[in-house]
Amino acid sequence: MINSSIYIQSQQEVFDVVIVGSGAGGGMAAHTLTKAGAKVCVLEAGQPFDPADPKDMTQMKWPYESLRRGSSSSLRNFGDFDAAYGGWDIEGEPYTRKDGTKFDWFRSRMVGGRTNHWGRISLRFGPDDFKRKSIDGLGDDWPIGYDDVKPYYDKVDKLIGVFGTNEGLRNNPDGYFLPPPQPRLHELMIKKANKALGIPTYPSRMSMLTKPINNERGQCFYCGQCNRGCSAYADFSSSSVLIKPSAATGNLTMLPFAMAREVTTDPATGLATGVSYIHTGTMQEYTVRGKIVVLAASAGETARLLLNSKSSRFPNGLANSSGVVGKYLNDSTGASRSAIIPKLFDRKRYNEDGVGGMHIYTPWWLDNSKLDFPRGYHIEYGGGMGMPNYGFGWGIEGLNGRENFTRDGLKKAAGGYGATLKEDYRRFYGAYVNFAGRGEPVVREDNYCEIDPNVVDKYGIPVLRFHYKWADYEVKQAKHMQDTFEEIIHAMGGEPMGKKPGAENNYGLADPGRIIHEVGTARMGNDKNTSVLNSNCQAHDVKNLFVADAAPFVSQGDKNATWTILALSLRTSEYIIDQRKKGNL
Amino acid sequence: MKRRDYLKNMGLSSLGLAVFNPDEKAIENLELGKTAVKRPNGRTQEEAEMEARLQAEVFLNKHELDTITILSDIIIPADKKSGSASQSGVTAFIEFIVKDKPEFKTPMRGGLRWLDSESNKRFSKKFTEITAAQRINIVDDIAYPETAPKHLSQGVSFFTLMRNLTATGFYTSKMGIADLDYKGNTPNQWNGVPDEVLKQYGLSYDA
Repeated sequence: MINSSIYIQSQQEVFDVVIVGSGAGGGMAAHTLTKAGAKVCVLEAGQPFDPADPKDMTQMKWPYESLRRGSSSSLRNFGDFDAAYGGWDIEGEPYTRKDGTKFDWFRSRMVGGRTNHWGRISLRFGPDDFKRKSIDGLGDDWPIGYDDVKPYYDKVDKLIGVFGTNEGLRNNPDGYFLPPPQPRLHELMIKKANKALGIPTYPSRMSMLTKPINNERGQCFYCGQCNRGCSAYADFSSSSVLIKPSAATGNLTMLPFAMAREVTTDPATGLATGVSYIHTGTMQEYTVRGKIVVLAASAGETARLLLNSKSSRFPNGLANSSGVVGKYLNDSTGASRSAIIPKLFDRKRYNEDGVGGMHIYTPWWLDNSKLDFPRGYHIEYGGGMGMPNYGFGWGIEGLNGRENFTRDGLKKAAGGYGATLKEDYRRFYGAYVNFAGRGEPVVREDNYCEIDPNVVDKYGIPVLRFHYKWADYEVKQAKHMQDTFEEIIHAMGGEPMGKKPGAENNYGLADPGRIIHEVGTARMGNDKNTSVLNSNCQAHDVKNLFVADAAPFVSQGDKNATWTILALSLRTSEYIIDQRKKGNL
Repeated sequence: MKRRDYLKNMGLSSLGLAVFNPDEKAIENLELGKTAVKRPNGRTQEEAEMEARLQAEVFLNKHELDTITILSDIIIPADKKSGSASQSGVTAFIEFIVKDKPEFKTPMRGGLRWLDSESNKRFSKKFTEITAAQRINIVDDIAYPETAPKHLSQGVSFFTLMRNLTATGFYTSKMGIADLDYKGNTPNQWNGVPDEVLKQYGLSYDA
């Protein structure tokens, strides 16, 4: 029964480490620390999730097994089979925006967090990505460099598994790769077009097991559905790959339905003593005590927790004597375009599901000193004969009236009905390709999140208020993406879909937050006046408080954040173990 | 991780916290005298409850659904390769989807009314009551957006919505997926594009 009476219930057990969040950062910290013998408690605001449990499993389901044929709902924003419980708007958990600016915030409320549905694109930051200020004078350098993180990237590659190829690229470093899957047909066409244009194309680097790496996890069987979670645990998600083996050590207490409210501190010493939380099912309040606290709740939630953990000793929030908590928030830039390739009409059918995502990609290949924007982007490619889903066939009246789109080369009237329309759907199936740029923004102090002074969520926890604007740099970068996409489309003999995005809509630049790579709200640095954490992701102000998600990032890179979150969390966890052994914690 | 492992793991802790499981919601509902919604596989408890509410809701009436069946079979008729839209279950799909995506409610209801009104103007009967040839007389005027008479533009918008929903409903059905000859959603070993296809397009893996 739900008990509506609220009371604080303090527990007797003191854990070695309390971790908030079970995504990439929290999972890696839990894995490293429990394996080392520490008694760890992980708080997760969402519900349990296991992609191999029939109750949770959506892998291999057909669109007709969904009432809405796989389309999105308010409870599953990326489609009815996608492994993300939560979304852009969660009932009873609002966030706000300031001064008419935009920021959309995606939250997964489940064990494993957003790693359950993510794209599995597993890119290391390169040497330049840690030292951008030294290169172009903008933003800030990290207090660490590639050489500091490389050993941890290496360990992550081997522990989790990632496919790719060693290409010897300076800023896209080599790693320990499993064999990559062969390109699909449209990917070979893109590769050929890119070669003619001087745009490099390489096998993608993604965390699916194209070969088995241990007895606990299976091998990829090429259903192309990684975003649904893998019942064979053949792709990386924190829940399957990190939390599960952590629990097997017997050292993990995993608490789902635990929404963290504040980090508690000792008024005398200023040290963290644990985390107070509300049980989302019973609405009862608890405090879990720990000798060390690790925040890995996502860049947004970690900043919110720190800012909400106010006391007379920490009036601006915990670990915030610098006033930097919440600032330097940034998300990847993103712009996209799709096209249809007439050469692919009436194509031969075969199974090309492959892995869940692209088999090739293009890392940033140009010199920004010769361009009108300072930072790069990579290109992700999509297309092929995928499983039909809600939206299939939509908008055919914009296609089937085009010149030379009929089998006999004649022009027919757009739209229509009947047997010939049915032929058009068959003919166009599998002939689409799409292009998505993912780029690095320039970090700004005035892109931030803070506590909204007036709004609380249903648990009574003050919510985040975002203030975020793109600069001219990012808009120009998006323009370059659009021009590049059209070049590739034309070189493939394809026809772009829709109107080319232009200045009137920032060249299709996605609104801040939409790429779901938010980083940087508790950045690391050597100067405690301009950063929240030291180079080990330890709070300058509170020595037993650490951050293990993307909040410590000083800059975004044009790489997806997950592999760096994992490497830094592992590095921080090993630092914690080392400091405990030395008696410093 | 299996749910029981979480629970076991919780049991190992000395916290003695109350365990909350989504399935408990069903028990709680029973205690409150509400009808319990069973959580089907692949759905969360919240989703199961939302879908039960949607399925219980009645929006389109029998006449509207009959009209949708006729229209969808004009858009996707049976041919040598597969059956028609209604045979694949498109009517039931549209019945649900307009409740699930309320932005379709008024365009669908109003569009069907528009169609009956146009049918009445031309043939003094509802769309369901006119002959097949008379139906095509109307459909031909609203099925081609680029050449349709301007004064029928609302009918064109409605027919475009019907075409989109019919196509999506048909090609995401078992029948439509077989019609497209989609070969995937089955465990396999991806070894690359078949040789004859590479040859057809003049491509190779060595280039």
